Amino acid sequence: MTPTPSSSSHRLPRLSLERRLTSPWWLSWVIPIASVALALLAGALIIASQGVNPWEAYRAMFEGAFGTGYGVAETLVKAIPLMLAGLGVSVAFRMKLWNIGAEGQLWMGAWAAAGVGLFLYPAWNLPPWLAILLMMAAAVVAGGLWGAIPGVLKGVLQVNEIITSLMLNYVAISWVLYFVDILWRDPGGLGFPNTAPLDKAIWLPKLTWIPFLPKGHRVHAGLLIAILAAVFIWFLLNRTKWGYEVRVIGENPEAARHAGMPIVRNIILVMILSGALAGLAGMAEMAGVAHRLQRGLSPGYGYTAIIVAWLAKLNPFGVLLVAVLFGGLLVAGDQIQLTMNLPRSISDILQGLILFFVLGGEIFGRYRLRLR
Amino acid sequence: METAFIITILATAIQAGAPVIYAAVGEIFAERSGILNLGVEGMMLVGAVSGFIVAVNTGNPWAGVIAAMLAGGLLSLIHAFLTITLHADQVVSGLALTIFGAGLSSFLGQNYVGVQGPQFNPIHIPVLSDLPILGPILFDYDILVYLSVLLIPLSAYFIHHTRPGLHLRAVGEDPATADVMGINVARTRYIYTFVGGVLAGLGGATLSLAYTPGWTEGLSGGRGWIAIALVIFAFWEPWRAMVGAYLFGGVQALQFNLQTIGITIPTYFLNMLPYLFTILVLVFATGERMKRHLGAPAALGIPYIRGER
Amino acid sequence: MNTPTARQPDIAVEMRDIVKRFPGVVANDHVTFIALRGEIHALLGENGAGKSTLMNVLSGLYTPEEGEIFINGEKVVFHSPRDAIAAGVGMVHQHFRLVPTLTVIENVILGLDDPKFRLKLEGARAKIQSLSEQYGLKIDPDAFIWQLSVGEQQRVEIIKALYRGAQILILDEPTAVLTPQETEELFRTLRSMAEKGHTIIFISHKLDEVMAIADRVTVLRQGKVVATVAIDEVNKEKLAEMMVGRPVIFRIEKPEIEPGEEVLRVEDLHVRNDKGLPALQGVSFVVREHEIVGVAGVSGNGQTELAEALYGLRPVEKGRIFLYGRDITQASTRDIIREGVAQIPEDRHREGSVGNMGISENLIMKHYRRSPVSRGPLIDWGYVRDFARKLVKRFNIAAPSIHTKARLLSGGNLQKLILARELSSEPGLIIAMHPTQGLDVGATESVRKQLLEEREKGAGILLISEDLDEVMQLSDRILVIYEGQIMGETPGEGADRNEIGLMMAGENRSGTGDTSLQRNTSNA
Repeated sequence: MTPTPSSSSHRLPRLSLERRLTSPWWLSWVIPIASVALALLAGALIIASQGVNPWEAYRAMFEGAFGTGYGVAETLVKAIPLMLAGLGVSVAFRMKLWNIGAEGQLWMGAWAAAGVGLFLYPAWNLPPWLAILLMMAAAVVAGGLWGAIPGVLKGVLQVNEIITSLMLNYVAISWVLYFVDILWRDPGGLGFPNTAPLDKAIWLPKLTWIPFLPKGHRVHAGLLIAILAAVFIWFLLNRTKWGYEVRVIGENPEAARHAGMPIVRNIILVMILSGALAGLAGMAEMAGVAHRLQRGLSPGYGYTAIIVAWLAKLNPFGVLLVAVLFGGLLVAGDQIQLTMNLPRSISDILQGLILFFVLGGEIFGRYRLRLR
Repeated sequence: METAFIITILATAIQAGAPVIYAAVGEIFAERSGILNLGVEGMMLVGAVSGFIVAVNTGNPWAGVIAAMLAGGLLSLIHAFLTITLHADQVVSGLALTIFGAGLSSFLGQNYVGVQGPQFNPIHIPVLSDLPILGPILFDYDILVYLSVLLIPLSAYFIHHTRPGLHLRAVGEDPATADVMGINVARTRYIYTFVGGVLAGLGGATLSLAYTPGWTEGLSGGRGWIAIALVIFAFWEPWRAMVGAYLFGGVQALQFNLQTIGITIPTYFLNMLPYLFTILVLVFATGERMKRHLGAPAALGIPYIRGER
Repeated sequence: MNTPTARQPDIAVEMRDIVKRFPGVVANDHVTFIALRGEIHALLGENGAGKSTLMNVLSGLYTPEEGEIFINGEKVVFHSPRDAIAAGVGMVHQHFRLVPTLTVIENVILGLDDPKFRLKLEGARAKIQSLSEQYGLKIDPDAFIWQLSVGEQQRVEIIKALYRGAQILILDEPTAVLTPQETEELFRTLRSMAEKGHTIIFISHKLDEVMAIADRVTVLRQGKVVATVAIDEVNKEKLAEMMVGRPVIFRIEKPEIEPGEEVLRVEDLHVRNDKGLPALQGVSFVVREHEIVGVAGVSGNGQTELAEALYGLRPVEKGRIFLYGRDITQASTRDIIREGVAQIPEDRHREGSVGNMGISENLIMKHYRRSPVSRGPLIDWGYVRDFARKLVKRFNIAAPSIHTKARLLSGGNLQKLILARELSSEPGLIIAMHPTQGLDVGATESVRKQLLEEREKGAGILLISEDLDEVMQLSDRILVIYEGQIMGETPGEGADRNEIGLMMAGENRSGTGDTSLQRNTSNA
């Protein structure tokens, strides 16, 4: 990747771009696949720098994530929050709202759900199914409100949502940790900073009926929630008046204004929806996997979700698919840390590289490159 | 007691502001040329860790500073290549840079967490540093703090009173016109995106070699993002960025020193202060901008392709 | 008008066999073009004929795929505008190449390398002042561009070219933004420049202008040269035929119709612009059924703000707007659309369509809220497809399918799409802003015909245009706007161009405007 300013020199052959009017159908498949392959190639250099054979590392990663029933199950477990948060991010990106606060919204969702599960459920003596629904509702509200803050600031005062939503991540995590470490800390937790576990009855049920997965896998009902959410989002965007407005505003806000579409209101609504989905991701992780609120509940799902949404081209079903791939990448990262003594951060680096290469590859879909 | 507290706050503010000044001024240069680089956080992290590693291995903090600047600059070139040459979306590319930089820094720094390394110490200027009140506020810093102060008038002068500065402004405001007038838009944007990366790297080194010597994962703690917010607050002017950086430094200073005057707030809430402050500053600045009709560089974030609208 | 004494027959510019392609089009197809020293040479052609492309090649902005360029007999190869400037070629673009946030001096010296580092501007200021005196181009060197009127900005552009020592000056549609009087002034400047030995290349699609200013004219059609002729060998009709490729009728049929009831009434309208400065200051007028009311004026005198205020896109500070007698001053755009107001926006791409959406999705932008396009919260895409097919057929939108993305449509087809959308709801009031800007003759004719048809059907039309010819041809009444005020009103039939020009430049005749408003009131 040696950057060459495209028009720095007159005598050397020049790179020039020609806009494609039409592109062949296979291009939209070949380009992303080639981009990911190149990203892995670049990652191989970094792995090699650790004295590890990159091909063995990649094989171990693939086998760790997809090679065994256990691996597939863990991949799905990690994919669930990525799916939900990724859907949230993609809805906002549809309207060119750069919500990078999914991480904070996820934490707030987990926090609110934990509050319901730990305190309301025993206090009001709720039936478990109702408690689970209430936990979901609480997560939706908390995540939605947390998303509404940058939404209102953007819609009403035109404050840059990238920065506000990101700043709120730090605030949210501080807020939740205050509860984890102090207010809700489990006195019997042997000094570990976490809350008491949820009552087993209100854990998100395991999907034991999935064939081929090993006994005792951790795939939970969050997967169904995520799939339903994807269908819901697809329907909302493509079949309803509101979804049409969102798409028009995202593509051309000025034209939307001239068509009398309520832009401010929709900015706020979309940010609420986006935050609500991320909040659900937090609830799913808390009630489906950790079963308590704890430090390190999310290893940055909210940030990975941004990549997931982008690579899926903001398509809800694409998000489901890409989330599985990235869930696999996270599992693989843990795997090679254990078996090959490579740092976990390899998987973060790979995420960044994949995004770089896919971004760079996009131009070949839109333009034809010519050397002159 | 009271004066001592105020002196501590002011001194800490200036100290804490320095890394943010570098990053913010760097971003001002990049954005003035029309390139929005949201990768500041990533470049700061990689700058911090590579500066620290080189300083530890050479024993020379200056070598660390140079390494940090190079590392930040190199990273920014990825963004430049993607956005200027390949016309990729600047927001997403910047986010990718931050994610990549965070991963890369923790990868590079895996064996350096908790390691002791060389650092810049406050320069003791005879007489001046010993002055009461003024001494600790003005004359008791390390060299990187002084350099950060010097950077402000230099960059302001460069932007407004030099030929390259004029061309920089033109490219960020109206690249099509700049192009017609014979200014190489792509080259200009490459240069200033690189400058932005170099300064972000320097900001990172200021953290790992002077302000909080050493390396821990995520050392910059969102300062890269705060720098981006300050650029908006500053209306793309270095002087205002300095004011913003010291305000931020002041908030940090309060965060660390409130307990010394007997105010006890859980640290969790104190930790939120810089971020809440940033949001507040941004809201204030945006309102001010709307009222005074001050705009961002008109071409900020928009790829320039000759002959395309 | 001609001053043959200053003429020398040497060739200043020769472009041989120039070919320039863009994806899907050959903009210049083996074009050969010769301009002499000291002449004013018009380059005539329709929109899209390849005039601007050819001149962008000559000014170094585009590199041609084939062909050669000679300046003063020497072969040159331009890689950038900088090379062209060095060879003495300067261009004043139709959309000015000025950075609004910089001053006049800063814009003039942009891209040069003197002064090299520190911006010491005394030398530049003196040189600008001397040029400005020499050529009668009055300008304040320290003003910011955004503070200048369009006419003043054009002067800066010319000074910029002269500052760089341009011997060959290209002007792309320079009169489009000027009042008739300003145009006269520009012509005087150009003639004096030609007398001093400069070569002026004047791009235009307006025949009257070309006849008035040019010594010779080269006509382009569909990327090819039709002919180069001396101006005294041709007349307007002949030029028109060369330009379009068929005989052109200059008059369009506009039947006499008595205006009906009042559709729109604007009273004492005050509106601010984006900078918070007053843009409209007490505008009052009336539009009735079966009536086209034209608003003439130089751009930037409040036209955009007027259209936006009427469409609910800009807050009204003072004054009232009535639609069929009902107060809609505070109504939202959405309500105004529902009340049957259609809009042909200023910028087809930015305001009028969504480039990345298909034709059908673009066609329902004003209809999607209502049955049968939508039922409850859902859109009936089956109905939308039928609806789109019908409109595509009725309005002759040429496109492979109803899912073709709007950004792939030509300017004329995109405008048809917008007309189809806006007119299909049978509007009572149409606010049309520059409806034919940038369209070729065929598309222009069809748009104008549509508007006249709507007039016959009973709509009231507010036609805002900088093209004075268009306003005079179509309007029943003409309002002239200047700095946010109506300077006066004249009937469209037999309007006096000179009179309108004076009002466009700020001469107030609103005495007549007021009485006409009263007369209209009593009529309604």
